[in-house]
Amino acid sequence: MKRVELVTCRSAYGKELAELGATHPEIVVLDADISKSTCTYHFARVYPERAFNFGVAEQNMMAAAAGLAAVGKLPFVSTYAVFATMRACEQIRTFIAYPRMNVRIVATHGGVAVGWDGVTHQGTEDIGMMRTIPGMAVVAPADAVSTRAAIRGCVSYDGPMYIRLGRNPAPVIYGDEFSFVFGRAYKVADGTDLTIIGSGSQLPECIAARAALAEEGISARLLDMHTIKPLDEDAVVAAAEETGALVTSEDHNIHGGLGSAVAAVLARRCPAPMEAVALADTFGESGDPKLLLEKYGLSAAHIKAAALRALARKVG
Amino acid sequence: MPALSPAEAAELRETARHIRAEIVRMIHAGGSGHPGGSLSAADIVAVLYFHSMNIRPEDPSWPQRDRFILSKGHACPVLYAALAHRGYFDHDTQWSLRAIGSCLQGHPDMRKCAGCDMTSGSLGQGLSVAVGMALGLRLDGNSGRMYVVLGDGEIQEGQVWEAAMAAAHYKLDRITAFVDFNGLQVDGPTAEIMEVRPIPDKWRAFGWHVVEIDGHSVEEIAAAVDEAKRTQGRPTCIVARTIKGKGVSFMENEVDWHGMAISDEQLARALSDLGEAL
Repeated sequence: MKRVELVTCRSAYGKELAELGATHPEIVVLDADISKSTCTYHFARVYPERAFNFGVAEQNMMAAAAGLAAVGKLPFVSTYAVFATMRACEQIRTFIAYPRMNVRIVATHGGVAVGWDGVTHQGTEDIGMMRTIPGMAVVAPADAVSTRAAIRGCVSYDGPMYIRLGRNPAPVIYGDEFSFVFGRAYKVADGTDLTIIGSGSQLPECIAARAALAEEGISARLLDMHTIKPLDEDAVVAAAEETGALVTSEDHNIHGGLGSAVAAVLARRCPAPMEAVALADTFGESGDPKLLLEKYGLSAAHIKAAALRALARKVG
Repeated sequence: MPALSPAEAAELRETARHIRAEIVRMIHAGGSGHPGGSLSAADIVAVLYFHSMNIRPEDPSWPQRDRFILSKGHACPVLYAALAHRGYFDHDTQWSLRAIGSCLQGHPDMRKCAGCDMTSGSLGQGLSVAVGMALGLRLDGNSGRMYVVLGDGEIQEGQVWEAAMAAAHYKLDRITAFVDFNGLQVDGPTAEIMEVRPIPDKWRAFGWHVVEIDGHSVEEIAAAVDEAKRTQGRPTCIVARTIKGKGVSFMENEVDWHGMAISDEQLARALSDLGEAL
């Protein structure tokens, strides 16, 4: 399962797109002047006629994606999470989601872990923004392998989808055993005492937290909730029933993201102690990503502490 | 050769008159809606749907068709009347405007309304959609054209100019944008709320071919569309001078008729102005 190789999800995305381009002539790629950063240049290099740069104009780009979808293309629209979901939010809502356009919004630079560029470029509300839009699927892959699988898999999906990627090189968690099933949590490891549910760039922190708990004799199940909407409710309920306590972990504001989604399922179907590791309704700041995770409460140590709190609340 | 024969022009004028009558009937039946901007665009829409556009009402999703985007989506009664008159849906459907369960939403919904090529209603976005459509159709070697109708108040939206830049950059000569220049917006005259003039100069500066016309002359509208079809390498903007509420005496140039219900008595007067029986 474990390798030490570090790969950014965005480069995996760009390379997968370039491969898909050969067999999917309907794929077109839209960028707003940061294709070098979103890594869609991998596609543009091979299929320049199907890659459209809109300059620094995200709203136009997003509505143009709706137009491309309306004439049968499958647009992949990329920019940073902040700009995609907030600058162009209404374009997504009214012109992509409302007419149920087949558009893939693949946003990079999700989370405070973006680091040095600071708050303006750290997408920490994007998942909440997208979750509230009717019919919008939300996916946050954890590593290069699952990013490639999600991108491959999303081609045949019918409807609008938001895919969130991080900025930084991420450990390659998965090997050949990994299978990405849209809408189904991936069980990274089983456990009996509680369940950690992580998504996106937080998965490595979750893995480290699970290991630290194991050292204290605590057995944690770990779910990779790569699909945040539609949420795998049955996996959440099973975790609650079988392990009795839960911790969610995401690099996102505490409101509106994975923790909110899981809490809603628990409240409705199977109440159980749950702790949410997320940004405490705050903006981030510039700095080293690792130090930011420490400062803003998203590190493995914070996940472990949250797990112990959840365990303490467990009845029986 | 003129764009229209005298007989064609007369027929289009009659079609526009009919569309205007349907607009006031529809908004009266719906109990709310936007008469002013619907009436100002009636001649443009009549010429497009009954003369210029390459469409097949019997096959609304025909891939080779020309597309129409009513970027000023609040004027949808003019679109619905044209679509009904061309047979996209039953004539009586019009009286369900804005009613629950109706295919005729308060602003156009392409998934509900047969013949509607794009959902719209949030201003400033239709031209961007046309840019995407034009890029996609060009990849396919599809010669379908995109017609967009924008309001003059609408061009206050910054996204319009992002789209204008992109359409010229990508040389999207299949896009023809009308600016329905009636000079009024919800809160008052555009000149007072937020000056949009000089409109033609702005589009020229963005790299567009510009034609200025009387937006109530079917001959000038048809000729301008022909000129747009002949223009290669850049999109065309037709700045159409219009009168908001055109054809209904008490609505003409009255800012409050942007969005207002039409009473029974007002309906009778409006239809009388338009030479229609009740």
